[in-house]
Amino acid sequence: MTNTQSKNPRDEALLALIRKLVETPGPSGQEGLIRAAVLEEITGHVDEIRTDALGNLIARVGSKQPGGLRVMVSAHIDEIGLMVTHVDANGFARFISIGGVSALTCIGGRVLFMNGARGVIGCERLEPNSAPTLEKLFIDTGALSQETCPVRVGDVCGFERPFLDMGAHLVAKSMDDRVSAAVAIQALRALKKSPHEVYFVFSVQEEVGLRGATTAAYGVNPDVGLAVDVTRTGDTPRTPKMEVSLDKGPAIKVRDSSFIADPRVVNWMVAAAKAGKIPYQLEVLEAGGTDGRAIQLAHAGVPAGCLSIPCRYIHSPSEMVSYADVENAVKLLTRLLSEEINLG
Amino acid sequence: MSPTKKNTQTSRKRIGKRQLDLLAELCNALAVSGDEQEVREIVLREVKPLCQQVEVDALGNVLAARMGSGQDRLRVMIAAHMDEVGFMLTQSDGDGQYSFSIVGGIDGRQLAGKPVLVGREHIPGVIGAKAVHLTTPEERKTALKMEQPRIDLGPGGAGLAKAGDRAGFATRLSAIGPSIRAKALDNRLGVFNLIELLRSAPENIDLLAAFTVQEEVGLRGARVAAYRFNPQIGIAVDSTPANDLPSYDEDGENTRYNTRLDHGPAIYLMDGATIADRRLADWLMKTAAEEGIPYQIRQPNPGGTDAGAIHKTRAGVPSISVSVPQRYCHSAAGLIRISDWEDTLRLLSAALRRLDSKILTPLEA
Repeated sequence: MTNTQSKNPRDEALLALIRKLVETPGPSGQEGLIRAAVLEEITGHVDEIRTDALGNLIARVGSKQPGGLRVMVSAHIDEIGLMVTHVDANGFARFISIGGVSALTCIGGRVLFMNGARGVIGCERLEPNSAPTLEKLFIDTGALSQETCPVRVGDVCGFERPFLDMGAHLVAKSMDDRVSAAVAIQALRALKKSPHEVYFVFSVQEEVGLRGATTAAYGVNPDVGLAVDVTRTGDTPRTPKMEVSLDKGPAIKVRDSSFIADPRVVNWMVAAAKAGKIPYQLEVLEAGGTDGRAIQLAHAGVPAGCLSIPCRYIHSPSEMVSYADVENAVKLLTRLLSEEINLG
Repeated sequence: MSPTKKNTQTSRKRIGKRQLDLLAELCNALAVSGDEQEVREIVLREVKPLCQQVEVDALGNVLAARMGSGQDRLRVMIAAHMDEVGFMLTQSDGDGQYSFSIVGGIDGRQLAGKPVLVGREHIPGVIGAKAVHLTTPEERKTALKMEQPRIDLGPGGAGLAKAGDRAGFATRLSAIGPSIRAKALDNRLGVFNLIELLRSAPENIDLLAAFTVQEEVGLRGARVAAYRFNPQIGIAVDSTPANDLPSYDEDGENTRYNTRLDHGPAIYLMDGATIADRRLADWLMKTAAEEGIPYQIRQPNPGGTDAGAIHKTRAGVPSISVSVPQRYCHSAAGLIRISDWEDTLRLLSAALRRLDSKILTPLEA
């Protein structure tokens, strides 16, 4: 496979932004810290900002000019995590997942609770050749008893794993979807002249069912909407077939199992990529959903699509994206928001 | 009926004969999802004298608003679903026998031998199964498949019911010492509690009471009720399973009880449909601690309440749920503790009195 990484030096500010966002904890429903981190990055670049009833951070850039539309761009800031369901007599904490967590990627993992406590994930004895389930796992916080355990029922943790910069590729536990938040923030800052009123939504509770985007889209009531999210790839050994690969450019979603992107939005995105000579791939994702669905179904319906960042090992502690794809996604999103939108 | 004891806000005992009689009337009524008329009639009778506005919406929800009088009043929607799990007849098979399907979630293994009531006329029937005398040891090892049982109205019953009629369990409410055994405690307890909250609604809020339909088939009534009320805060009051029997596995510690009887109202932090608003969770826990009311956190688990529909309404509604723990939920007979019921009511009414608009201080950043 050819590596199409840009010959230009990498943008250190973009890398620092990604590192900051992926290392900030924020499982669904606990987005306070990551919301504050995003706010810090966009303050001074926006015309209006608010947090809605569920905690979505909604920032407006620009106002509607002739030929302009109200555009909603949604990147979710929550990540998958765990919630404690029981602390046993010996101080081991049982848990349930917040969003889609695989037991296979949990064992031996480390977690960071929102109250600062840390833990490691252990597993009960398994029958030979059986796969673990979440019910077999527990978090060991180092406590010796229920009384001294630093967490209790309802406490929430995220996975703990530092950002890894491999040069062409970047790895983190929460590329889904902090890398898209970084793309949205870069586009927000780069947006100088636009006929549109652009609402950048940093949405909450996506991983538990697109809940934040549902209420944000109702509140924003856009003319057109784009989700920015990661999508899986088919470029690793013996993985389910999929056309999307790392390093071949951001993906323009045609459909996933939650919605069919509006074909007019797909055409608009493809035309912008071609005009900007930005590499792109078309994406058909057989299982998975994004905020695009929530936007599409708001009010009486909204033309909606999704700009995807190809990502390997989604929902594992080591989600991998291509630096070049991220840069190109920023370029494409900025271009999409800068020019008149013709949905023909 | 006159109450056996005068209830005041400071009184510990809130459940007397009047309360038990109303709960019995509510539980003994049949209101399988989509046909909630019997419970709706009781609710309308009770709430009309208490509320400035009462309407029945297009789906059959009873929407009853009791407006307060203070400044800066929060619009608080409290939802309690009127429907219960049960059955729908699908076909007359002749000779008084009817095929049926389950409405909502019922474990098919629990059906054989249960007495049922069919239709608005409450025609008595039974879900028949072969007598033990005639079954083989092999047959007794496996549960009946759902397509096997029939509802039997007896000879001459062929013309009494028709496809589409609802049927429900025939259990009548009994008080057993400190406990109550009844069908449909999920969620007539919630309906009862919401009626009681309307009786004593404080002046600092507008209490928007939604007695909802079709919760058991997907939170459908609450969705449109929340759209209509457009509240600032949403609370679902419901009943949730208590699986608090001892565990008999090797280490003996029951780690999956969901809730426990005698531990007070169950406050939700997360279920399959909602992540509770933490400001509201803190408010309820603080109220309980300061008023000396026991409470428990419902184990975060799948499942859902009307809050799942309410919080996603319009531009979003901070929401939470509070349930009375119940053993044997969604079966012919559930079991609750009167003290848990009473404490749930105490917690909700104390919390509402303390509510002010500062609770919705914007989320940080």
